[in-house]
Amino acid sequence: MKYAGLLVMPAGFFLTLAAILLFPAPTTRAAFVACGIAVEGMGLAVAIRGHMAPKRGRHGHSLGREVEGGEFH
Amino acid sequence: MVTSSTPPVADLSFAIALPLLLLAPLAIAGLALINAGLGRSRSAAQSVLGSLVLVSVAVLVFALVGATFADGASGSGHVFHLSGIPWNWAGTGPIALSGLSSSPMRAQLTLLFEFLALSLAVLIPWGSGADRWRLTAGAASAAVLAALFFPLVSHWTWGGGWLAQLGLNFSLGSGFLDVGGAATIHLLGGFSALVVVWIAGPRRGKFPKEGLSTAMPGHNAIYILFGCLIALVGWMPLNMAGALLWLGASPSALPGTAINTLLSAAAALAATFTVTRIRFGKPDASLCANGWLAGLVTSSACASLVTPLEAIFTGLVAGVAMPLLVEFLELAVSIDDPSGAVSVHAAGGLWGLLAAGIFAPQQGQFVAQLIGVSALLGFFLPLIYLLFALLNRVIPFRVEPDGERIGMDLHELGGGAYPEFVVHRDDSYR
Repeated sequence: MKYAGLLVMPAGFFLTLAAILLFPAPTTRAAFVACGIAVEGMGLAVAIRGHMAPKRGRHGHSLGREVEGGEFH
Repeated sequence: MVTSSTPPVADLSFAIALPLLLLAPLAIAGLALINAGLGRSRSAAQSVLGSLVLVSVAVLVFALVGATFADGASGSGHVFHLSGIPWNWAGTGPIALSGLSSSPMRAQLTLLFEFLALSLAVLIPWGSGADRWRLTAGAASAAVLAALFFPLVSHWTWGGGWLAQLGLNFSLGSGFLDVGGAATIHLLGGFSALVVVWIAGPRRGKFPKEGLSTAMPGHNAIYILFGCLIALVGWMPLNMAGALLWLGASPSALPGTAINTLLSAAAALAATFTVTRIRFGKPDASLCANGWLAGLVTSSACASLVTPLEAIFTGLVAGVAMPLLVEFLELAVSIDDPSGAVSVHAAGGLWGLLAAGIFAPQQGQFVAQLIGVSALLGFFLPLIYLLFALLNRVIPFRVEPDGERIGMDLHELGGGAYPEFVVHRDDSYR
């Protein structure tokens, strides 16, 4: 799944390139550039999800404040 | 007859840019200090030595190979034509910096800026791979960044490449603007950090199969916070030099750039301080430091383009978003990023670049910024992943489990950073 996400991202980039070449009108061009970025964002989301560690339990808060014995070790 | 001669504005700008650039290494020192502080005590020496090694490898490779592709001073480049429009995608500079001493002052200064920017960029993933990324693998990654990725991004944005020419060729504002290196340094470095975190994986015990994910806070708050102050001293001149070199700003605009840099960092710190205080009951020192850094990163994109109020706004947004993103990446998507580089540098740089487009007065500037971001995200991130994954086959990124257990200092260097200190037992191994 992570590779699928990473392959989708260049597709978004080429959509962006196509937008600036094919659409001289500012509104249409901006809309298609935004679509290209959205595709890249979806690819990134899929790639991130593909790299997630498998979870069995629920993850709770894990930042520094909850460590025993102080904030910095 | 004696005539008073006033130096041309360009000469004056270049004369100012040199001392500014000589201060910029303090940003590198600050980042190295922050990386070391955010890692564990048993990997501190490896972290700082690694910073020196990575910078050394990167500048050498860039001097020998990368500078050729990054070159923008010669005014030429590798160009192909599509729909009658020139697409300048790589520089054609001299190999191994030949003829540097006889090149114009501007060319030498832009090269110095690029060396410093590259040094900052390679330290960003180094912080994310703390406590498990091998030094040799880090150095090899820095070499790849210096030889290929950084030169291309640098040429596209600063060297007259196709992103810089978006204004000329497509009437999109002034083309993609990256005055202080938000894309070239921080977005590139942040994406590299994300790839390193993916490939190296989380530290042992970080995400146990059951229960809470384990907190592994930085080992020295003083390093982290003092690193932030040092970084500020280097960041302001870097942004000012960027304004002179890449934006053609007049010297009179420089104090405003410095003030906006400071305002952005201060606003981001105030926002992160407030957010962490609300969420955890007390402000979190390491997150506040990262908030300050996120404000600085944001200022890299827009300090020379926005008003002071806009700089405060951009800093506030970065400061609010950063701790929330750190928490989201760690808890929701299992990204173990000890230095928070993805949240600070990638997200901060992204926001700064977009803010520069939002607040720019030129028509089409926001779209130009979007296209620049799209190039980094859609072209470079997958390419970095591909090459780093191949590199990982040759030089494994991750240290052996035993090396991770005893610490990178002992495993890679044979001695610790604090030999006389008692090292506490690590309870995180389960």
